Amino acid sequence: MLDKELRSMIGDVKDGRMDRRAFIQRLAAVGLTAPMANQILAIGGVAMAQSPNPYPPTKRGGGGPLKLLWWQGPTLLNPHFATGTKDQDGSRVFYEPLASWDVNGHLNPILAAEIPSIQNGGLSADAKSVVWKLKPGVKWHDGKPVTADDLVFNWEYASDPATACVSISTYSGLTVEKVDDLTIRIKFNDPTPFWANAFVGAYGCIIPKHLFAEYKGGKSREAPNNLKPVGTGPYKFVEFKPGDLVRGEINPDYHMANRPFFDSIEMKGGGDAVSAARAVIQTGEYDFAWNMQVEDEVLLRLEKGGKGKTLYAVGGDIEFIAVNFTDPNTEVDGERSSLKTKHPILSDPKVRQALALLVDRDSVKKAIYGRAGRATANYLNGPEEFVSKNTKWEFSVEKASALLEEAGWKAGADGVREKDGKKLKLLFQTSINGPRQKTQAIIKQACQKAGIDVELKSVVASVFFSSDVANPDTYSKFFADIEMFQIPMTQPDPALHMRRYHSRNVATKENKWQGPNFPRWINKDFDAAIDAAETETDPVNRAGLYIKCNDLMWQDTVFIPVMHRLAVEASANSLRPALSGWANQTDNLQDWYREG
Amino acid sequence: MSQYVLRRLMIAIPSLLGISLVLFVVLALAPGDPFSELATNPNVPPEVQAALRARFGLDDPIYLRYLHWLNAMLHGDWGFSFVSRMDVDTLILQRLPATLYVIGSAQILALLIAIPVGVYAATKPYSLFDQVANTLAFVGFSLPTFFTGILFILIFSVTLDWLPFVYTTDIKATGIHYVLEMIRQAIMPVAVLGLFQAASMTRFVRSAMLDVIRLDYVTTARAKGLGQAKVIVKHVMRNAMIPVVTLIALQMPAVFGGAIVTEQIFRIPGIGSLLISSILSNDTPVVMAVTFVFACLVVLFNLIADVLYGWLDPRISLR
Repeated sequence: MLDKELRSMIGDVKDGRMDRRAFIQRLAAVGLTAPMANQILAIGGVAMAQSPNPYPPTKRGGGGPLKLLWWQGPTLLNPHFATGTKDQDGSRVFYEPLASWDVNGHLNPILAAEIPSIQNGGLSADAKSVVWKLKPGVKWHDGKPVTADDLVFNWEYASDPATACVSISTYSGLTVEKVDDLTIRIKFNDPTPFWANAFVGAYGCIIPKHLFAEYKGGKSREAPNNLKPVGTGPYKFVEFKPGDLVRGEINPDYHMANRPFFDSIEMKGGGDAVSAARAVIQTGEYDFAWNMQVEDEVLLRLEKGGKGKTLYAVGGDIEFIAVNFTDPNTEVDGERSSLKTKHPILSDPKVRQALALLVDRDSVKKAIYGRAGRATANYLNGPEEFVSKNTKWEFSVEKASALLEEAGWKAGADGVREKDGKKLKLLFQTSINGPRQKTQAIIKQACQKAGIDVELKSVVASVFFSSDVANPDTYSKFFADIEMFQIPMTQPDPALHMRRYHSRNVATKENKWQGPNFPRWINKDFDAAIDAAETETDPVNRAGLYIKCNDLMWQDTVFIPVMHRLAVEASANSLRPALSGWANQTDNLQDWYREG
Repeated sequence: MSQYVLRRLMIAIPSLLGISLVLFVVLALAPGDPFSELATNPNVPPEVQAALRARFGLDDPIYLRYLHWLNAMLHGDWGFSFVSRMDVDTLILQRLPATLYVIGSAQILALLIAIPVGVYAATKPYSLFDQVANTLAFVGFSLPTFFTGILFILIFSVTLDWLPFVYTTDIKATGIHYVLEMIRQAIMPVAVLGLFQAASMTRFVRSAMLDVIRLDYVTTARAKGLGQAKVIVKHVMRNAMIPVVTLIALQMPAVFGGAIVTEQIFRIPGIGSLLISSILSNDTPVVMAVTFVFACLVVLFNLIADVLYGWLDPRISLR
């Protein structure tokens, strides 16, 4: 879309000639997420819609207990230490951020009085600062008022490396200063087009200064309130048993009218996904279960005549096959898959393209992921509408064979292709996980037809995903030819998701394989586009740059996307949970209610 | 006697040290690390992972870490969970009541079934009762708990809707309702575990009884004109119980250790489920503490079994 056209559209929205929804739909058509479209409007001077989730109840409480079943229970309740989503979900019952992402991808103010925009003076035109205003009169569960000091403290606490918070990168590269008792200003070191990160969403939850001030830095683990949260959320803390149970009761002083609906909340942990689905969908013992990693077939069977149903939230999680650009079988200076080598087979783009043609995404979807997956050609998948329109995929053994012929791989006597006396043999690794092994089998079969001998390898997940320097089987060492796993998209912005593959981030022995660019793919155009996008303040140009990055990865076949995965939840028929593919399941907990 | 106990306790010290060393080294050499979940999270920079590893001393050499652990253990500090960031002993104590209640009840149920059935079957070997009891026992210990557990859930929860299959630790009731609810939710796990244990124990009791019942002194007792009940209970059972006591004593640590599979199926927050989730998340201090406590209990109950022998059979002298 032309820049000028966009500007005139923003003008139309400002003057009320075009409604927001139409604007967002127009942008979606060119591949922009709703959150991004909203931020464009905000920077363009149009206030973000304050669009809370639909909430009909007219009084606080009276909804009885809300029973949640998390098959991996929360193990700690400090949002700054929450490693997994299970811990973030548990913390979020009691702690709140300034704003969270709602179902439509809008920012929904929680502790903030309003969402910053250019009009209300919250955003600066150079994208280097944000002013947040706190809602007046919000109290911690112990009765103390929430002030700007708490916000400043959270930044100090999280950004101190000695505290060892997992939220550290959310709060680094910026400074937070107090303007008055209810106002803070975030100053970014560099222009930051995606400003809604610090104090927003799961890592944005705010802990009280008066209880944690003494436990900043090295003493962080001694804080008694790590296990006894005192927050601002809709429910007050009652009891916590790590891995088993989180219990809360209604907060009668909650700062939103008529909320929450339920009188108490219980989050039970443990067990497995299938029986969790059964307890919600079939017997109705629980109201809601999280993360239904269950075969679609099983869910469909449970849903027949059951008491609950499955819900799907669209985010950007992508299951893909990565291609190794370096040679895993040659050692250079004691390092396998060294940058100084080139993969003997896969460095030929035609072989990579042939591989991409051999991934039968329709069969994978049909046989394995069902309603929980969407076939895609893109590595970067926003919600439904975020699709780079320039890419495509197909499954064709004939075309793949033709490409391999062109590349000089001729059929051998045993059906395996060879070139210069070398067999076309690939090692394909992934983590041990039912769907992944089935996907491997489907791909191996297609490869066999095309004359590629694929050896399958599965590594225990705890090893595959570990950062253990001594172990050769980790995904980041990538001592195989191709590998498959999933990378979740943790926020509605591609910056983090795409930055990984910048050439400065290559995983090598030198950085103990902690560089996130594990395919060891180096592309100058990609680097330039990422660098430009990081400081680009014009939202349309920025989005274009990320689409370009995605397309470059597609052209080079760095990744063969297998499935765009959706979050699957199980819910009682009467429950109306507010879910978003851009947020954790409990991020809009205050808006949950029951109907009938 | 007291000298014997003291000597046995002294011998236990080196064996416990050896056990702890083996456990520690195996866990330290095992693949994976507690911060693996951070690895695929693009929000967490590698420096934070490194800082966390340094904080929890994961980068020290193994022997240093072992000495630190041993020293802390001697001071009553069981360690600090990487994952929950809390003390391991609190974590274990939180889980203990559920385990003791469920697994303990299952053991009692097993004994209540196994001893009468085993004894009665032995008094009338190859009778109809014995045949039926034997068949059921074989069926019982051929069916693994993960199978019977799910079968029970399907029958009693899903189809009949009589019992809940998610074990909750916070029942919202008081007085008699609380007790009834506690019993109601424990019926299935206790039955699954208890019947499984009872099956093998019945076989064991029966064969121990059969060994004794054929001895001459039993015939003598009968010849003296003692009644059947008195012969069986006072003369046969007391001697037949010696191997049974060993079996039960060795199973007692399991009461504390929990039952991993059953706890997982019914979501019982016991030690077994703590152990498995800690293993899966590589939370080594918790795994270490649980397994070590388990080792101590095995040693202790072995000793208790030996002491009990002396009481059951005065001919066994303890020196």
